[in-house]
Amino acid sequence: MPHGTLLASGPVIPNFGGPPGGKHGCIARNGLFCWDWVTAHWGDILQPHLLQHLKLTAIAVGIGFAIAFAAALVAHRMSWFETPFGAFSAFLYTIPSLALFQLLVPITGLTVLTIEIGLVGYTLLILFRNILEGLRGVPPAVLEAADGMGLTRLQTLIRVELPLALPAITAGIRIAVVTTISLATVAAYITPLGLGAPIFYGLQTSFTTEFVATGALAILLAVCADAVLIIAQRLLTPWARARRLAT
Amino acid sequence: MIFSFDTFKPSTFVDAFRFIGDNPGLMWQKTAEHLQISGEAIGFALLIALPLGVWLGHIHRGSFVAINLSNIGRALPSLAVIAIGLGILGIGTTNVIFALVVLAFPVMLTNAYVAVDGVEPEAIEAARGMGMREHQILFMVELPLALPLIFAGIRTASVFVVATATLGGVVGGGGLGDIIVNQASYFLKGVIAASIAVSVLSFAADFVFWALQRTLTPRGLRKERVAAVTPVPALGQ
Repeated sequence: MPHGTLLASGPVIPNFGGPPGGKHGCIARNGLFCWDWVTAHWGDILQPHLLQHLKLTAIAVGIGFAIAFAAALVAHRMSWFETPFGAFSAFLYTIPSLALFQLLVPITGLTVLTIEIGLVGYTLLILFRNILEGLRGVPPAVLEAADGMGLTRLQTLIRVELPLALPAITAGIRIAVVTTISLATVAAYITPLGLGAPIFYGLQTSFTTEFVATGALAILLAVCADAVLIIAQRLLTPWARARRLAT
Repeated sequence: MIFSFDTFKPSTFVDAFRFIGDNPGLMWQKTAEHLQISGEAIGFALLIALPLGVWLGHIHRGSFVAINLSNIGRALPSLAVIAIGLGILGIGTTNVIFALVVLAFPVMLTNAYVAVDGVEPEAIEAARGMGMREHQILFMVELPLALPLIFAGIRTASVFVVATATLGGVVGGGGLGDIIVNQASYFLKGVIAASIAVSVLSFAADFVFWALQRTLTPRGLRKERVAAVTPVPALGQ
């Protein structure tokens, strides 16, 4: 863990004859944002935590999607299932993130598992609602046509319902991703993984650049992820945009 | 981070309620702080976002900014915003309020814009035909019709602010977050107790603005509730 080595070595900057910028440089003065620090620690702090953050987010949204998708399919066939699962995921969503991670620690320890359980829990409400709304939004006439063409239930689902639900599903994934990126920074309160770790560490040492720069990187990551997903959404479902422009 | 590794039993939840009963002073003080921080943040965000959103919607300008702002706003990681606010404003409540305003502002603005912008042109034309002036159209036609959606944004933002104010505990901002980040002093029962208080406050904030919305809506317009444009968002829109 790169951060541990920094922690062990004491003060903020590995000191080889003074911090970059010299005795009166930005780092020595503990300025708001020192570019020197960012370039010096891109390799050992920022980049590794950025990659961890992406991995945490990808795993959480992946697992969350699998669960929410299965639950939405069940709720689509058996509508009574919507209320209990919806209430369960809404309940999870109302627990403050800082508290939820702490509550899981006595059960699963200070592990990645704890973080992922929490993050997956927070994605469920958004994904479940959007997938289900997408499936329900398919016009009845289309379903009748599929029925008339002799499609089985499974064929109708795969060839008709899912493609038509795709805009709603991708929209849900997009919100789930940006929400998870945000919550994953809080998750570093439990284990020093992801971009939250340098933020919490910086808050303790009061070295401003560390938490300001990492915070800025987290914001940049979230905004970029959102933009990339918007583009992906448009490429995947060109008809949705065409219809929107037409009306 | 520093942990006291409290053990967790089902009875911890019972202990949490006992904790509230045993420490009424602490709970009241932290809840009051939490309310004050959230209230100030919601107030400031309202003061900036509502006039701007309503005005932009009224003149039907700036749709690109007004709509995309909420996308960016939703994407902002709260902890990162609080960290940057701390860097700029230093330790204390001010930076938490600043961060919360930044986080609440986009949702309110987008909903206010979409609400006023989306008022049926026929209604406005009719009002103009009746000889109403521009400000009369705004206050007597557009705003009443836009009210449900404006309030949907306010309610969403205020629930979000109350929940996120918890993170202020990380930077010594006060409020119930102080208890939640201090498991070493208050144990898990205290953490759960404070979480329950945060949840209750979130529901209370939603209820207060719901009640205000009902009072402000003219009787003829009281219909079903409207979902906010942003958090139940998109669905392919």
